[in-house]
Amino acid sequence: MAIDRLLKDEATEEKGERARMSSFVGGMAIADLVKTTLGPKGMDKILQSTGRGQNVTVTNDGATILKSLHIDNPAAKVLVDISKVQDDEVGDGTTSVVVLAGELLREAEKLTMTKIHPMTIIAGYRMASECARDVLLQKAMDNKMDNEKFKSDLTNIAMTTLCSKILSQDKEHFAKLAVDAVLRLKGSTNLESIQIIKKPGGSLMDSFLDDGFILDKKIGVGQPRRIDNANILVANTAMDTDKVKIYGARVRVDSMSKVAQIDAAEKDKMKEKVQKIISHGINCFVNRQLIYNYPEELFADAGILAIEHADFDGIERLALVTGGEIASTFDNPESVKLGHCKLIEEIMIGEDKLIRFSGVKMGQACTIVLRGASVHMLDEAERSLHDALCVLSQTMNDSRIVYGGGWPEMVMAKEVDALARKTPGKKSHAIEAFSRALQSIPITIADNAGLDSAELISQLRAEHHKEKTTSGIDVITGGVGDMEKLGICESFKVKQAVLLSATEAAEMILRVGEIITCAPRQRDDTM
Amino acid sequence: MALAFDEYGRPFIIIKEQGQKSRIRGLEAQKTNINAGIAVSRILRSSLGPKGMDKMLQSPDGELTITNDGATILEQMDVDNQIAKLMVELSRSQDYEIGDGTTGVVVLAGALLEQAEKLLERGIHPIRVAEGYETASGVAVNHLEHISQKYDFSASEIESLVQTCMTTLSSKIVNRCKRMLAEIAVNAVLAVADLERKDVNLDLIKVEGKVGGKLEDTELIKGIIIDKDMSHPQMPKWIDDAKIAILTCPFEPPKPKTKHKVDIDTVEKFQTLRDQEQKYFDDMVQQCKDVGATLVICQWGFDDEANHLLMHRNLPAVRWVGGVELELIAIATGGRIVPRFQELTTEKLGKAGIVREKSFGTTKERMLYIEKCANSKAVTIFIRGGNKMVIEETKRSIHDALCVARNLIRNNSIVYGGGSAEIACAIAVESAADKHPGVEQYAIRSFAEALESIPMALAENSGLPSIETVTAVKSQQIKENNPFYGIDCNDVGTNDMQKQNVFETLIGKQQQMLLATQVVKMILKIDDVISPSDF
Repeated sequence: MAIDRLLKDEATEEKGERARMSSFVGGMAIADLVKTTLGPKGMDKILQSTGRGQNVTVTNDGATILKSLHIDNPAAKVLVDISKVQDDEVGDGTTSVVVLAGELLREAEKLTMTKIHPMTIIAGYRMASECARDVLLQKAMDNKMDNEKFKSDLTNIAMTTLCSKILSQDKEHFAKLAVDAVLRLKGSTNLESIQIIKKPGGSLMDSFLDDGFILDKKIGVGQPRRIDNANILVANTAMDTDKVKIYGARVRVDSMSKVAQIDAAEKDKMKEKVQKIISHGINCFVNRQLIYNYPEELFADAGILAIEHADFDGIERLALVTGGEIASTFDNPESVKLGHCKLIEEIMIGEDKLIRFSGVKMGQACTIVLRGASVHMLDEAERSLHDALCVLSQTMNDSRIVYGGGWPEMVMAKEVDALARKTPGKKSHAIEAFSRALQSIPITIADNAGLDSAELISQLRAEHHKEKTTSGIDVITGGVGDMEKLGICESFKVKQAVLLSATEAAEMILRVGEIITCAPRQRDDTM
Repeated sequence: MALAFDEYGRPFIIIKEQGQKSRIRGLEAQKTNINAGIAVSRILRSSLGPKGMDKMLQSPDGELTITNDGATILEQMDVDNQIAKLMVELSRSQDYEIGDGTTGVVVLAGALLEQAEKLLERGIHPIRVAEGYETASGVAVNHLEHISQKYDFSASEIESLVQTCMTTLSSKIVNRCKRMLAEIAVNAVLAVADLERKDVNLDLIKVEGKVGGKLEDTELIKGIIIDKDMSHPQMPKWIDDAKIAILTCPFEPPKPKTKHKVDIDTVEKFQTLRDQEQKYFDDMVQQCKDVGATLVICQWGFDDEANHLLMHRNLPAVRWVGGVELELIAIATGGRIVPRFQELTTEKLGKAGIVREKSFGTTKERMLYIEKCANSKAVTIFIRGGNKMVIEETKRSIHDALCVARNLIRNNSIVYGGGSAEIACAIAVESAADKHPGVEQYAIRSFAEALESIPMALAENSGLPSIETVTAVKSQQIKENNPFYGIDCNDVGTNDMQKQNVFETLIGKQQQMLLATQVVKMILKIDDVISPSDF
């Protein structure tokens, strides 16, 4: 007797082979989607949002592409998730992780076709990934001790990261920007103190690093345009009408004259507040909230530069940079820490006026001003620079590096292959497959560059069979090149994260034996 | 059908709107119900054991869960059938009571139902089947007690506990680092356990997860982690020997609950009100400062002004901390939750050795660690992992492991896993059946057969020839009179579970059998299903 309904209407259930097939297909589709963006000659994607304005994004950042997709396939969601985590955690390698996971699934599919149980494949993958990680650990280089060399490592990493992006034309310039900015942080990974300001106009080469702090705001009318030796009070307080916060308070008067009196009292109150602020002995006042005309006028009278409506990040960064504290009450001026800087001035970038605070107390912060032909270009440039900064700041902590250009993959593949030969049992097929999946990364890089991947890979493999080699794919000349000479480096942390999360995700998808999709929640379409 | 006649022979309707109700009764009803139950257990069957597969579940909102925890699968499955819902309840109650074995209980219930169907077809009355099952389950539970072993452990000798937790974890995705996680779970449980009273309050163990890093980075923190940061960006990020004021009142002017209005009609009043307001903030901060607090943790938000005053007086503060976390902090630091500023005293402050803020990854996510607390009886397990799904699944696995460790502390008897206990019980029940006269004998024998379906499923999932393996193990058990032979799922080479170190808790197993029997009895007793029919 058939059971009529176990699950709710519209809920679907996929079992065994079908479930596995659907997750393989989903995973591989996602991997294929971003595959073409891998490597220095990877292509970009245009993403058009369905929202209002149909915003267009041009990018080659894996995480950005995947984030904007609307995906229904559950396995694909897992891949999108790992890419996002990779972005949050190390900042780069977002495409590689998805491509590797996709390849692992593709290999797994072939194995299941030959009737090898997924659990066996998982066991093999696990052994392989352990082995690959050990190799990576052995081969990683650490130049932390040698300052000169470390810096050149950093520049190389930055260039490698940037060369796959839109900034590749000016990668030396940007690599230098990024390294300078990160070196200022002195080992902290707090990227907040690096501010990126985008201004359309000019060319990418006009981008520059400013060692001060630039606030994208205008100076109030009638206030000084330039202040030397500024004392800055950073505040977060209401500078419109100071509301009475006691609950239930309201003004009720019975004559016009009283209205005027209250009005005057309010004004007095504001004036008093401004006086208090002025008595801190400052000549610049930056507030997070609005400053109304009346207090602004008072500030102008006192010759104080008042900047209103600096956003939350701006204010925190400014406080950080100038060493002041964010104040909200002004009753005891002697104990409030003021911020200091040598010079505040209004500068022009393109057509916009910005305020620059230079000669600040803390050397950590800096601002990178990006210039470029279009908004899309700037957005992409910002993303690329962000990637580079993330990788660099992570490398500052964990200074181990590996070569790029498919070198680490080939090294790992070789060891994993050797392991496969030593392992008895069905697992060895899976280990072998893992090695093939690793090799698919250099293959993809070569393919994307329009090179003969089959030829290149075989050359590369032969090269790697020798004891010690540093060769990888050189997409510029289109052959096998020495990665050490070419200076193509990647951060060890990124590679390790790629390896581990790709294996984890593939394992997770492989373990699935059944997919149950609940009925989608009914939504009112009346909105 | 629903028509009856009163004493004058006039017809009247018992069930209203009978056209809109569908009704099945008698044997048909029982069979439909049994089928539904079997269908549910069949879904879970493939998740059983260390080689069981996971299920991917997509919720109505598109959220994804990947798990092989029986209770979670059933809960997320959104079943519609009433009997299927009973099975869901069954798994849930095993989860609440024991925390582990949620898949096994459903598979067992399914097997019992399958056997019951055969008996019904032979014309045995459902009640007799139910009674037979009841007797059989009694025999099985007693036999479990008989073959169980006491396991000794103390706070320093945790190896046996770790082994048991590892058995639980080996069926989950985290089995890559099961040893480490098992140790974490055991240490966490021992940290909060009351060994005298043999009780563990699992509420004191907080399981917190954060994506990023790898599973190996998971750690046990003897303290509390909260997913919050200091209310003011410039407050210190590291406090030694913190004295914590735990507040449930906002740093805001009071809001009396009664409706009131303050009328301002003169300038003087306006000004006094203003002074009053400033005084409020000042007083509040002063009160905290006076009792010697060096950190304020508050359930509510702060006004900008209060925030600055706190900062100014060098009093770091955390805002918007949830109620549960607040309680945990209070327990851990030995402080009291204070609902009013006036009631703040030095004795009510909590104490912690180190309070620090730690940031993760490239995004500006920070968490607050409260460590070296006065009372170490509150710990946090902090899970890291590659993606959200792994973290969620790890959380569930850790929960299972914690429950197992707790059960062992409550009752340190164990039975061996790998289906060995089920086979041993099956043998015992079978021999009991022969001594039982009457129709029930058949039911008892069926119960034994149903018990065997668990090792059968284990063998199937491990890719072993199921019938061959199970019969071999069974004959071995009888021949050598040793109840420790089970299914060798991991291909270790021996099927002596004692050597393989595969344990389960006695109460967990007993509960499984009792609960499964109960639910099956309940389903068998239903002979009439009335439900609103579809339109």
